[in-house]
Amino acid sequence: MMSITADTRDTGLDDARLHRVLAWTWRTERGLIGALSSVDHKVIGRRYMITALMFLFLGGLAAVAMRLQLARPDSRLIGPDLYNQLFTVHGTNMMFLFAVPVMEAFGAYFVPLMVGTRNIAFPRLNAFSYWIYLSGGLFLWVSFALNIGPDVGWFAYVPLSGPEFGIGKRPDVWAQMITYTEVSALAVAVEIVVTVFKQRAPGMTLSRIPLFVWAMLVTSFVIIFAMPAVMVASTMLILDRLVGTQFFNPAEGGDALLWQHMFWFFGHPEVYIIFLPATGMVSMIVETFARRPMHGYIAVVLSLIAIGFLAFGLWVHHMFAAGIPELGASFFTAASMLIAVPSGVQVFCWIGTLWTGRPVMRVPLLFVLGFFFIFVAGGLTGVMVSSVPLDYQLHDTYFVVAHFHYVLIGGSVFPLIGTIYYWFPKITGRMLSERLGQWHFWLAFLGFNGAFFPMHVLGLLGMPRRVYTYPAGLGWDGINLFVSLSATVLAVSFLLLAVNIVLSLRRGASAGDNPWDAPTLEWATSSPPPPYNFARIPVVRSRDPLWSEARLSREVVQGLRVAVREVVITTLNEARPDLREPSPQPSIWPLLAAIAVGATFLASIFTPWAIVWGSLPVAITLIGWFWPKRVPEDEG
Amino acid sequence: MRKAIASIALLCLLCACEREQRSFEQKAPPEQPVALSVLAPGGEPPNVPPSDKAKKYENNAYSVSEGKKLFSAFNCTGCHANGGGGSGPALIDDHWIYGSAIENIAATIREGRPNGMPSFRDKIPEEQIWELAAFVRSLGALIPKDVASGRSDDMQAAPSENRMIPDPFGLTNTPATTGPPQVPTPAGPAGTQPLGP
Amino acid sequence: MRALSLAVLILLPLCSGCSGRQSALDAAGSEAARIESLFWTFTITVSAVWILVMTGLALAMRRRHEAAEPLPEPLAPDRRVEHRATITINALVIATGVILLALMVASFLAGRSGPSLAREHSLELELTGRQWWWDIRYADKDPARVVTTANEIHLPVGRAVELKLASSDVIHSFWVPNIAGKLDLVPGRQNVLFIKPERVGTYRGQCAEFCGLQHAHMALLVVVEPEQQFEAWYAAELGSAAEPGTPEAKRGKELFSKAACVMCHQIRGSTAGARLGPDLTHVGRRATIAAGTLPMTAVDLDSWIADPQAVKPGVSMPKVDLSPEDRRSIVAYLGSLK
Repeated sequence: MMSITADTRDTGLDDARLHRVLAWTWRTERGLIGALSSVDHKVIGRRYMITALMFLFLGGLAAVAMRLQLARPDSRLIGPDLYNQLFTVHGTNMMFLFAVPVMEAFGAYFVPLMVGTRNIAFPRLNAFSYWIYLSGGLFLWVSFALNIGPDVGWFAYVPLSGPEFGIGKRPDVWAQMITYTEVSALAVAVEIVVTVFKQRAPGMTLSRIPLFVWAMLVTSFVIIFAMPAVMVASTMLILDRLVGTQFFNPAEGGDALLWQHMFWFFGHPEVYIIFLPATGMVSMIVETFARRPMHGYIAVVLSLIAIGFLAFGLWVHHMFAAGIPELGASFFTAASMLIAVPSGVQVFCWIGTLWTGRPVMRVPLLFVLGFFFIFVAGGLTGVMVSSVPLDYQLHDTYFVVAHFHYVLIGGSVFPLIGTIYYWFPKITGRMLSERLGQWHFWLAFLGFNGAFFPMHVLGLLGMPRRVYTYPAGLGWDGINLFVSLSATVLAVSFLLLAVNIVLSLRRGASAGDNPWDAPTLEWATSSPPPPYNFARIPVVRSRDPLWSEARLSREVVQGLRVAVREVVITTLNEARPDLREPSPQPSIWPLLAAIAVGATFLASIFTPWAIVWGSLPVAITLIGWFWPKRVPEDEG
Repeated sequence: MRKAIASIALLCLLCACEREQRSFEQKAPPEQPVALSVLAPGGEPPNVPPSDKAKKYENNAYSVSEGKKLFSAFNCTGCHANGGGGSGPALIDDHWIYGSAIENIAATIREGRPNGMPSFRDKIPEEQIWELAAFVRSLGALIPKDVASGRSDDMQAAPSENRMIPDPFGLTNTPATTGPPQVPTPAGPAGTQPLGP
Repeated sequence: MRALSLAVLILLPLCSGCSGRQSALDAAGSEAARIESLFWTFTITVSAVWILVMTGLALAMRRRHEAAEPLPEPLAPDRRVEHRATITINALVIATGVILLALMVASFLAGRSGPSLAREHSLELELTGRQWWWDIRYADKDPARVVTTANEIHLPVGRAVELKLASSDVIHSFWVPNIAGKLDLVPGRQNVLFIKPERVGTYRGQCAEFCGLQHAHMALLVVVEPEQQFEAWYAAELGSAAEPGTPEAKRGKELFSKAACVMCHQIRGSTAGARLGPDLTHVGRRATIAAGTLPMTAVDLDSWIADPQAVKPGVSMPKVDLSPEDRRSIVAYLGSLK
């Protein structure tokens, strides 16, 4: 038996030995320091998911509190001060701490598996992004617990959030929390783009990438172009508030509408950042449970890209009522309606796939059917609010609240829950209970529609959003009570999910490698996947490798070193093997860097000098992080 | 260790609660008796008994911000400008003719002072007098920075930020958060001193 | 049974609500009417589309397996079926495009009404949003004919009106759904809205852009009345405040000018001349107190003055220390300001 040296290749090793060596090479150390140093995309992805789900529950509790207050007219349960904090924290939390991160979590966990590589690109950056995200989230919720929760709405319009009317530190907390979460979102986006472009398994050409990966790729590009806008905007807001700049002060040549333009230039793509990954999840679930490859793969990919582009041409439809010139407004109406076309293409392709397949009713598909029911309705009300005259009536009312919960919960959370049921076996090795899942679905479905459909009517009857109370006798009382009752049902359904997860973790049925007989590469390894993902990197010859290939070929990559972390770099388009690239070792530095950066951000809302003094620890930790280790770059 | 963390957390909790609290119930301080001191400038500042309300108002962002609204609403700017002074004395300098403690300032607003400062007793409710006083103290940088309200969305009288001298160590203008009413330097008749340094 | 009662619970207010006094579905103005018909065009179209898509989905699911275990072998797509599906999808996408185009044209046509109202308007109002009430000024070339009031607008039926919208603090939004769509009041700019009330009645509007603590209590009333009634109202509004008749009200007037009230409020024809809070010259004729927070009754007015912060937490009006008798006098005085 030969001994393993740094240069040993996998070529001659038998499978059992290979597994042992790779498991040692790619391990996450035991103990606290080991856990904090981990750079395994699965470990970090799992942390991301759990944290994001925690924030989902917290945000849901905030929503339940609001519904309790609104159940009766002239209710005095929650005062305006707390209510304003509640809806701001709810919105901010759901958008920045739940929806975007949870999608990126699934991306960080599954994209490397689905493209057949051993780790995500820039794994230390991945660890860093998680720590920054966690500190941003804690920052928001701890502030809320300390009665410094932001109270200016999740889009924090100036001048209400500006230096004169945004009292105390509350808007600063909001603006700085944005910075945390955007840094982390941008980091993950960069990792996913590079992973998809350079680390795909040999043979996985651009036209063979799974649709979820395509969706994450387009999403990542949208993040890269949209998020800087809001970081600039929130930084300008902080500067106005703390340093004395005049970006948004009309008396000194600033402009209050400038904020809205900059915010929504990010804010609208944000919706698609949340929605596009969900379409990838839908495609994936539809494929597996319709028992056939996606109909219109190219059309769906092109739709994804089209949505990614069009997402940047819609932002003004959030501002029609601010007094936008008619010609300009009409352009944005047209653009907003146009985006319904690529969305329609996707919907038709999914239905076509189901139509020509043999759909199997399982919980993931159930949630996808719920998605169709709700999302199509939300998309169509979206067409309504994109019309300028209609928007004059519907804007900022409960109609809009209903609309965006239809598209965000229906369009995003339902596929996400379906995906949790779908991928839970891969992550944990155990199946979630099908029975509890069905209960969960029906409660969520009925609770959701009961809670949000009547809101359309409330809006038409004149109820504006963000009111902490309302007078009796305007025809809103009964509807609001019904909405609040339904909201509790929706909340209970999520408790069922938690129960299901806890129970199944203990005594769920064992999953096996591929419980759904699904076609994509993440199912080609064990459940849960080993630290190195694949003992031998598979070679891909079609879009559905496990359906058409498992039975045909067993081609794998050979020649990777086993005692050092190495991934295969392939060419952008054809995915021909190009290089062997070392993948970074675990390191505690990303955590330290995140602490330094987080502390700098936090202190900067109390004094701008924090940026100056904070740069020292940030520089030190970054130097530690990037200290050269004399590892040869690559050997071709 | 755990105890220490818990107590620190509790401490933070308390500070933050007070600083950001918006208390809408108004329990105005009891009616203040008319001060019997001689209200002439110079010499000793009027002897105003310290009040337990002081902390509540001057360490609370909401009170200071409300005071700021009232400052322009009640036309304090007519004489004091945005703190720079006009026919009334400047409020951003460190000359406090009648004392800089919040109790003294409140008394000044309530009773009026010779040479032009009118009495607002019965015209401005007690609660608002304290809010105004808290804001006036913020003009003199006498309250913690994180409580003071930001600039207004108006034309700015102060030089823009790039003309200020950097002060990375916070050596000058350290806010005096506590302490007894300070002894003012003897000054000329109220309303005539030039803009402070 | 429970479901039935719930259904009744939700349907009852629906039926009554459509003819509400703050409803976008009960148009009483030309703009709201135009938007309402556009709304029904859109609603019917998108409902039809939704039903079609759901039907398609239901048909697609008709060959489903219930919980097959293990899952059946994957199908290899049949080329002929694929081809047919592609053609169908193409047709559907084209249909989507056509429907969207039609809706867009309808929306555009419905939106082109401003210019004609701009030409014919004969009344000009300046609305200033304040945290959290509405400052209203009827502009006129003749300064003697300028009316200042708050939180309640009277308009003659059938006349086009120009509303100049501005804000003195944060962004608010003027929205009276029965009359017209909303338009924001943005600090640093003036937005102009043309409206034309077409039916007599009292309509409620509410600030629609989140503006701080009391965003929920920033309502205004629009009273649309026949031309003559409006003229009478206008003439009365032009006049100074009525002199109090009863001794109680006389005492109230005195108290008003001595107490803190005078620091913020204006009553034309008295010594009170501050412009910080709403103009109270004819407050007794308004229907509500504090921007729609309470109805205008002696009891409510008394409880409002007794502790505004308890009724509308965060409002700028402070609690003024007044004895119950003093308060009663002031209420009597304010009530007499017809």
